Amino acid sequence: MAGAMKARATVKDGVTEVRVIMNHPMETGQRKGSDGKLVPPHFIQNVTVKLNGRTVIEGQTSQAVSRNPVFSFRVKGAKSGDKIQISWLDNKGETNSTETAVA
Amino acid sequence: MNELRRRLLKGAGAAASLGAALAAGLVAPARALAAVWNKDAFGAKSAKDALASLGASNAVPSKDISIDASEIAENGAVVPIEVMSNIPGTKSIAVLIERNPFPLASRFDFGDDALPFVKLNVKIGESSFVRVVAEAGGKHYFATREIKVTIGGCGG
Repeated sequence: MAGAMKARATVKDGVTEVRVIMNHPMETGQRKGSDGKLVPPHFIQNVTVKLNGRTVIEGQTSQAVSRNPVFSFRVKGAKSGDKIQISWLDNKGETNSTETAVA
Repeated sequence: MNELRRRLLKGAGAAASLGAALAAGLVAPARALAAVWNKDAFGAKSAKDALASLGASNAVPSKDISIDASEIAENGAVVPIEVMSNIPGTKSIAVLIERNPFPLASRFDFGDDALPFVKLNVKIGESSFVRVVAEAGGKHYFATREIKVTIGGCGG
């Protein structure tokens, strides 16, 4: 199931750098497990970044994104204290989200 | 939000393919609220087919797209890539790893308050060209960069 997720957002010269770490196996479906059978694909497909509840970035991802994905994004117009929400949805319908205040 | 949604739907191949995906039960209704996962583009097994699914077959080369990554990646399982478009009005960026089994690795749609920038870690199965496609003003632009991978090698 969905593990921990961490985000950090810092504003500098009007640009907010958002960094997020997600716990996820990102199985490609091409790897064999210890039983010799293919491990079914299990990967994040959608990533959404919101600023104070308003969507600013919508990402779509494949199994080619590395295990425990790390992303950096850049948002304009955010002020210190504004809320950044990040969520993901995977191919099994599992989801997770986190929120951080812009520092 | 609505404006962004509309653009996302358009980018994903319009309502028709969304409807088809819904009808086929491939997309849960709840998912339709988020950006639609472009099944055709992500399922394409060649960069050419993926680009066609993205509507980017006619992309032209651009020096205004930067791809920052090391030339040699010792561990193909985690290859950091930073991409940015300096093309005015860039609305989306797609990252393709041409020799991967499914070349399209990710696609990001940017609202007005986001810079067309993303940094992420990707898996690269073997040495490959990475192709980044940016969409601006209804046109597509691309840049490429070769990344050599030495999986399990001694890092030479």
